[in-house]
Amino acid sequence: MTPFTTLTGPAIGLDRANIDTDQIIPARFLRKPRSAGYQNFLFHDLRREEADFPLNGATAAILVADSNFGCGSSREGAVYALVDAGIRCVIAPSFGDIFAGNAGKNGLLTIVLPAPLAAALRAQLPAEMTIDLPGQHLHFPDGTVHSFDMDPFRKRCLIEGLDDIGLTLAHAAEIAAFQERDRTARPWAAPSP
Amino acid sequence: MSEPRTLFDKVWDAHAILTREDGTTLLWIDRHFVHEGSFHGFGMLDHAGRPLARPDLTTAVADHYVPSRDRDQPIRDPEVANMMQMLRTNATRHGIDLLDLDDPRQGIVHVVGPEQGLTLPGLTMVCGDSHTSTHGAFGALAFGIGASEVSHVLATQTLWQRRPKTLRITVDGTLSPHVAGKDVILAIIGRIGAGGAVGHVIEYAGSAIRGLEMEGRLTVCNMSIEAGARAGMIAPDDTTFAWVEGRARAPKGDAFAAAVAAWRRLPSDEGARFDREVTLNAADIAPTVTWGTSPETALPVTALVPDPAAEPDAARRTRIREQLDYIGLEPGRPLEGTPIDRVFIGSCTNARLPDLRAAAAVLRGRRAVVPGLVVAGSVPVKLAAEAEGLDRVFRDAGLRWGEPGCSMCVGMNGDLVAPGERCAATSNRNFQGRQGPGSRTHLMSPAMAAAAAVRGAITDVRNLA
Repeated sequence: MTPFTTLTGPAIGLDRANIDTDQIIPARFLRKPRSAGYQNFLFHDLRREEADFPLNGATAAILVADSNFGCGSSREGAVYALVDAGIRCVIAPSFGDIFAGNAGKNGLLTIVLPAPLAAALRAQLPAEMTIDLPGQHLHFPDGTVHSFDMDPFRKRCLIEGLDDIGLTLAHAAEIAAFQERDRTARPWAAPSP
Repeated sequence: MSEPRTLFDKVWDAHAILTREDGTTLLWIDRHFVHEGSFHGFGMLDHAGRPLARPDLTTAVADHYVPSRDRDQPIRDPEVANMMQMLRTNATRHGIDLLDLDDPRQGIVHVVGPEQGLTLPGLTMVCGDSHTSTHGAFGALAFGIGASEVSHVLATQTLWQRRPKTLRITVDGTLSPHVAGKDVILAIIGRIGAGGAVGHVIEYAGSAIRGLEMEGRLTVCNMSIEAGARAGMIAPDDTTFAWVEGRARAPKGDAFAAAVAAWRRLPSDEGARFDREVTLNAADIAPTVTWGTSPETALPVTALVPDPAAEPDAARRTRIREQLDYIGLEPGRPLEGTPIDRVFIGSCTNARLPDLRAAAAVLRGRRAVVPGLVVAGSVPVKLAAEAEGLDRVFRDAGLRWGEPGCSMCVGMNGDLVAPGERCAATSNRNFQGRQGPGSRTHLMSPAMAAAAAVRGAITDVRNLA
């Protein structure tokens, strides 16, 4: 995972709500290994069905969408497709919960902005903009600067590139103690043989 | 006296191993299901050289990619055959119970879990599939995860989670005849929107929910994700316990009695606080269908196709127009009577025995005027349906009776809706291209899909005498 600090790059607006992960990567590509180049599958069908799809003939490091981006299927392939295509950050008024979790695990920054502010930003795109993750500021193309909220743990993972599993296994003793307690508290919870 | 707690609070609290300063909690996971698509998660585990923490709490099921026909022959598509083989290899290597293509328990993971007694009240359950919310019908906290989280659960049997907010949706009253769990959840999503429950766990409550049999509750919880919810839950009751008792992997004898005693303490306490509340009147819910490319476009079958010109908000107006363009409907026309090309009855939403019975009740003695596919959710459902002669009803009506799996819901196993075709489907997603590139999907209940098959058009099942 590439640690994330400050990013200046081209941003593109996707002026639609409820972009589901089936749009981001159609199901038929999920059988492919990551080495197949998931960037080739990003918005695969939309890019062909809509000649004026904003990503056609353009590269972007930042996508700015409307609400509920990444809703639907839990496929992490949606995040692989974005990341492999060079997208480092998606900005939207809200995200599908599973998508946002997957994004965090792959170094893809998701930033929640209030809907009117996200709409104002989309109106300035395509253009270059800057994201300052440590300072939690967005520098819009029009020169205005806006702060954003960020889960402190997720922020640390993105900046330092932490290995989640390694972090968890550092708590092995607490996990073992939980299991010991739990066997007495919920003896029925284990599956019958 | 301690603070009154919700069902969700009780399950969450019982699984919290530790909570960090930033509020993130390490949760113990009681059950983990993997399927063919989980190969990315196994790959990450292998890449890190880590062993599986608890193979005994992990179950592997072949469902997403399995063909619904010619099951006795080798799979023709080499990529799909390879997916099956990877699941087999990973399950065998790590000592995971595998429900392979030829297993008498095989089926869609969200049908199999409850059926085998792996799904129980009060558990935490995860799977690399967003419809894992289904299992919440038993009062479990069950949610979908991505591949990285799959590898994390495989390696640690735990997950880091931020505590979600709670939303109680109360549906009181009596459902009208021919109104099913599917209509209830479509009406709910129509009300709160596809992002209406983002960041929340829903508890479905009220007399109409309590009045549903387990299969109807499973349908409701299944589509929680279509409202953006992290999970959906229903308080366990005698209906739940009776359904669980005697299942293969459920507690037996004294252990079952002890479990029931514990499960009776799970329902939300009197006065427990929810972050949000929504109420619906059961009597207001009609047979419901979707008109667009998001499940939130659910309307009573008696409604008209929305007119973008009547929508004052510019963004919403555009969104309606885009969806109508794709789905090929004219504004202002009645939804009922819209011609369809195909029906699909199946999926983790609506492929259990009562679903098939409801469809068969409409089709008995009738012919479908369009092609269609009926796929039971599991081998046990298929055998039970055949024992009742339901397969004959479907075949006599001219529909194909497929082998259990995700089939035409997911567009990845060979069962596809052709470009431009309109499908009446009992599945859960009407997304653009979901059932195949260019496919147009209208979501509805099994009885409504059967009615659509008979008329070759979207039909109010109540008018099909």
